[in-house]
Amino acid sequence: MTALRRLFFFVVGLFLALPLIVVAGVSINEKQTLAFPPQGFSLSWYGEIFTNSEWRNALIASVTLAALSAALALLVALPLAWFLWRRVAPWANIFRLLGVAPFTLPPVITALGLLTFWATTGFYGQPWTAVISHAIFFVTLPLVTLSLGFTAIDRSLVEAAATMGADDRTIFRTVVMPLILPYVVSGYAFAFVLSLNEYIVAYMTVGFTMETLPIKIFNALRYGYTPTMASVTVLFLAIAAVVFGLVARFGDLPKLLGAMAEDK
Amino acid sequence: MRREPPQRLGDYGPLFFPAGMLTVFFVVPFATMIAVSFFQREQGGFYQPAFVLDNYARFLSLFFGRVLGFSLMLAIAVAIACVVIGIPFTYLLSRSKRKIQILWLVALLSILSLSEVMIGFAWSTLFSRTAGLTNLFVWLGLMTQPQALTPSFGAVMTAMTYQAFPYTVLVLYPALVRLDPTLTEAARTLGASPVKAFFTVVVPALRNTILATLIMVFIFALGSYLLPQLLGRPQHWTLSVLITDQAIYQSNMPFAAAMAVFLVLVTLALVGLALYAGRQKEAA
Repeated sequence: MTALRRLFFFVVGLFLALPLIVVAGVSINEKQTLAFPPQGFSLSWYGEIFTNSEWRNALIASVTLAALSAALALLVALPLAWFLWRRVAPWANIFRLLGVAPFTLPPVITALGLLTFWATTGFYGQPWTAVISHAIFFVTLPLVTLSLGFTAIDRSLVEAAATMGADDRTIFRTVVMPLILPYVVSGYAFAFVLSLNEYIVAYMTVGFTMETLPIKIFNALRYGYTPTMASVTVLFLAIAAVVFGLVARFGDLPKLLGAMAEDK
Repeated sequence: MRREPPQRLGDYGPLFFPAGMLTVFFVVPFATMIAVSFFQREQGGFYQPAFVLDNYARFLSLFFGRVLGFSLMLAIAVAIACVVIGIPFTYLLSRSKRKIQILWLVALLSILSLSEVMIGFAWSTLFSRTAGLTNLFVWLGLMTQPQALTPSFGAVMTAMTYQAFPYTVLVLYPALVRLDPTLTEAARTLGASPVKAFFTVVVPALRNTILATLIMVFIFALGSYLLPQLLGRPQHWTLSVLITDQAIYQSNMPFAAAMAVFLVLVTLALVGLALYAGRQKEAA
């Protein structure tokens, strides 16, 4: 059974790794070719991401968008999760539902809704519209991790603080915030990584005025493949692995994922 | 701490910003999209406020029926493939050492978050003539010369399964972690082989979870818009691709909006079904 299990894990692992191995191989080709196994060895395609102004601008656009939209998503999710935990207000759950909806529906729907909205209001194409669009699209992630974090807080701690005369603001700052911080960080991390990789919402809102890396790759695919696409893919995969690795290192990943799906 | 209903206006304070943001940037855009789906399209990509059903009437065409049928069929095929591989995999994973579980979870999350553009690029490279799998087959002597495996239905199907598989595992994971291990132990004590115990105890116990997961993965696959474009032929285009195409390239927003509204209705019906299946008590 152990052998059978190992074989099964190996086959699934191979299926998941195979395209990535080929991409990693392609990314170290010496010449501009997508040969595999790679011909020669060169890291210049990784350098290209930072030296070629087009790729660098796309990288900067992507990272800026991800950093800002994840922060905004957190700003929306934190007070909402706090309110839902602190107060008895069943009707307010409608906002929880609204927060989860964009992530549950096929992404093209949210993208099209935002496209019609920005076009109607006349802001279509402004870079900041992408920040708001991504924040709304990914608000689910911090909302779910934070809701989970709040349920883990012992309410008697808050009661003790209230008995001693602390008001809501003080309780939040001195008791709740330190306990919720790991969930704040992982919520931000999830939203950041997903925003970095997101294509359709970014494309429909700012696709004609701004190039994020996924948009840049898609546009470049039409004119032919270059190893830079492969090196960007490897870079993004590495970023995701490092971020989720850190979340696992400093938090309880199985628990985080166990409850995440439960909430859906 | 007693949870109390909000009494003063100030108690609602934390709710203002989130409620405002979600209303203005989700509810209003959604409503705008629904409104546009009834608008009249003008020449040159503009549209006029109106109340016409033309955009919905176009659903009745043979072409649209074919696309819808293909999208649903593709999503069902992907969901079944993912769940069939995902259940034994997640079951074994949930019984593995904690360290191994975390390693797999990090890997699965990383692949899940990988941009669809990049997944499409990776698979089109793997299926290409120059750098692809067929070179390996030639080297092994299975084929005489390398060939391109895209565009084809198989390529679309494989890449979509690849994309949806990590999602499937993460949806199944909580239910399988919580599955009472004594169930299988009892079966084993009574002499069932591990495989038999899996099929006669684990699978029946998870019947509703499996159904809910199938639906969730189906919805996820329904949202795939780039892989059919990058790896398939035009006849492999799905509803999501068609919506993007109408909105961006054909500049027919009302028709794109009508299709999106239709997709929402299909999805909501399925989410309702998934929730219902998930709520049913698991039959032990």
